[in-house]
Amino acid sequence: MKRSKPRLAVFKFASCDGCQLTLLDCEDELLAVAGQVDIAYFPEASRAMAPGPYDLALVEGSITTPHDAERILQVRRRARVLVTIGACATAGGIQALRNFADVAEYARAVYPRPEYLETLAWSTPVSSHVPVDLELRGCPIDKGQLLEVISAYLAGRRPNLRRTSVCTECKARGTTCLLVAGGVPCLGPVTQAGCGALCPSYDRGCYGCFGPAESPNPPALAGRLAELGRGPDEVERLFRTFNAWAEAFRGGGRPA
Amino acid sequence: MPARPAASRSASPAVPAVMAAGDLGQLFSALTTRGYQVIGPTVRDGAVVYDAVDGPDALAAGWGDEQAPGSYRLVRRRDGAIFGHRSGPTGWKRFFWPPELRLWQARRMEDGFRVEAEPAADPPRRALLGVRPCQLHGLLRLDRVVAGGPYPDPRYRAARERAFIVAVNCTEAGGTCFCASMGTGPAATAGYDLALTELVTDGAHRFLVEAGSEAGRAVLSGVPHRQAEKDEVAAARVLLQKAAEAMGRRLDAGGVKELLYEKFEADHWDRVAERCLACANCTSVCPTCFCTTVTDATDLAGGRAERRRRWDSCFSVDFSYIHGGPVRASVKSRYRQWLTHKLATWHDQFGTSGCVGCGQCITWCPVGIDLTAEVRALRAGGERGNGV
Ligand code: SF4
Ligand code: SF4
Ligand code: SF4
Ligand code: SF4
Repeated sequence: MKRSKPRLAVFKFASCDGCQLTLLDCEDELLAVAGQVDIAYFPEASRAMAPGPYDLALVEGSITTPHDAERILQVRRRARVLVTIGACATAGGIQALRNFADVAEYARAVYPRPEYLETLAWSTPVSSHVPVDLELRGCPIDKGQLLEVISAYLAGRRPNLRRTSVCTECKARGTTCLLVAGGVPCLGPVTQAGCGALCPSYDRGCYGCFGPAESPNPPALAGRLAELGRGPDEVERLFRTFNAWAEAFRGGGRPA
Repeated sequence: MPARPAASRSASPAVPAVMAAGDLGQLFSALTTRGYQVIGPTVRDGAVVYDAVDGPDALAAGWGDEQAPGSYRLVRRRDGAIFGHRSGPTGWKRFFWPPELRLWQARRMEDGFRVEAEPAADPPRRALLGVRPCQLHGLLRLDRVVAGGPYPDPRYRAARERAFIVAVNCTEAGGTCFCASMGTGPAATAGYDLALTELVTDGAHRFLVEAGSEAGRAVLSGVPHRQAEKDEVAAARVLLQKAAEAMGRRLDAGGVKELLYEKFEADHWDRVAERCLACANCTSVCPTCFCTTVTDATDLAGGRAERRRRWDSCFSVDFSYIHGGPVRASVKSRYRQWLTHKLATWHDQFGTSGCVGCGQCITWCPVGIDLTAEVRALRAGGERGNGV
């Protein structure tokens, strides 16, 4: 049974490139990927700049400029399946901190000639602009999950992506809970699994880079952190990092 | 376990033995020469966890723990007790019911695919050293669920049948324990090969040893021991009695099944849901929680497929997903499912409570939800505005 290879495209919006690099980071599996798909558009890594339509588009980055807002519409029109990758594309990224402030003020503080900038007041996830078929979380995304999504796409099946808490991964690997055994602020109980509880396994609380789990309860966790002596500002900052604009984290631990 | 005749783990001989604490190394040797890998309590990442230990030096000797709802701290003990700590977060369940397991894989062929069965179950022979009475009951209840019905899990069963169990009775209760009210401790009564009670007094550090099976008697015969004196037996009895009396927590198990059925619609569940993170730490640490999910995956080239089984939990939304959506979409319904299964429907399903009073779900709940307190609140009314 010979099938024609699906055409893969990788697009970038406002982002650091870390998620695209995860694809290159696949090393051993990269050749296998290249053997199964036709890499049609991937300016970051190759000369591939072939025009659409594409079967599978991976989109990195958030929408922060009028130009981006226009371009994402074109990407959607040319893509059969559109998968957003990373905290920027799925939640607006760290740059969504502007959503809580005055972007003009930020621009004045950072750029000598802010009038040259053409930027939106908000950094928003791709899903705020076009329908998205699948979101892959993380800052950056997990290599295993990316390969799972591509493998599932090729086989025509649903990818196995868990939506439970990071705690379930801590417990599966036998990592002692930092929050319970050390009072360390950890967002694991409200954050979606996928990283394999990476940070707790290195003795650091989870920063929530995979965004909210399937049914998060940030106020309850914030309440516990307060009991453990963490001030309201610290708790708010904990929730407002990579996924600050994700609906459940937006309130900084207060009800959204 | 059905495959292990109850007779081989019959009542212990009338007079227990005494083994010097210094001879624990001999017990290790007796076990390893019989081909057992010893798993015991050891300190890692700020907690007592169960892992492979190659001798008494690797044990968490001299450590104790302070456990409270949502809190665990290791503390140094002054008395040098070897088993002076209580249950730890990793539990024993994972050695038989692992967090993740491949069930089978398949390879694509010209004319379809061929299933390649996993190698026949050939688990290591493990000696579990330091199993607390509550945890032992947890294993026995898991046996009933996983290996007791018409479709026993072959790998679980093989691993359990090969296991040798050295229980350690609790001469002090931990901060979240309530085994006394569940009838599961603080002394082991069944299911062990050897049961130790640690006696630390000035100038003498020893274990009272009871054998509960032929295998236990055989191992004991390879370890220096003598018959216990009357006062040693009495001393152990007093310690165990005191531990039961000093237990700071209890679950009033009388009529709890009926209570939960009656309180199905109580407003109190909404109040628990406000606090519950639905994080599944409780079900992960619970020695009897057995729920799993099964996923199929294919590789990039589409030449191989595999099926895996993983721990899941009634706290996850996807766990109750059926065509059209999850059955238990709210956190309220998930917490209620958990507590009601543990304390009520488990009786109907398996003939015992699903809770053995180990308190681990209380300690390792990040927000310190305490099922004994929730049951009390339900008993007190559980309706809005009743002040609980
Ligand atoms: S360390 Fe964090 S992620 Fe791990 S179990 Fe504890 S709270 Fe959950
Ligand atoms: S533990 Fe949290 S912050 Fe760390 S990689 Fe995982 S999701 Fe991201
Ligand atoms: S009871 Fe505690 S440990 Fe269990 S799901 Fe709720 S918050 Fe998590
Ligand atoms: S419900 Fe809690 S106390 Fe009861 S057996 Fe499970 S973990 Fe232990």
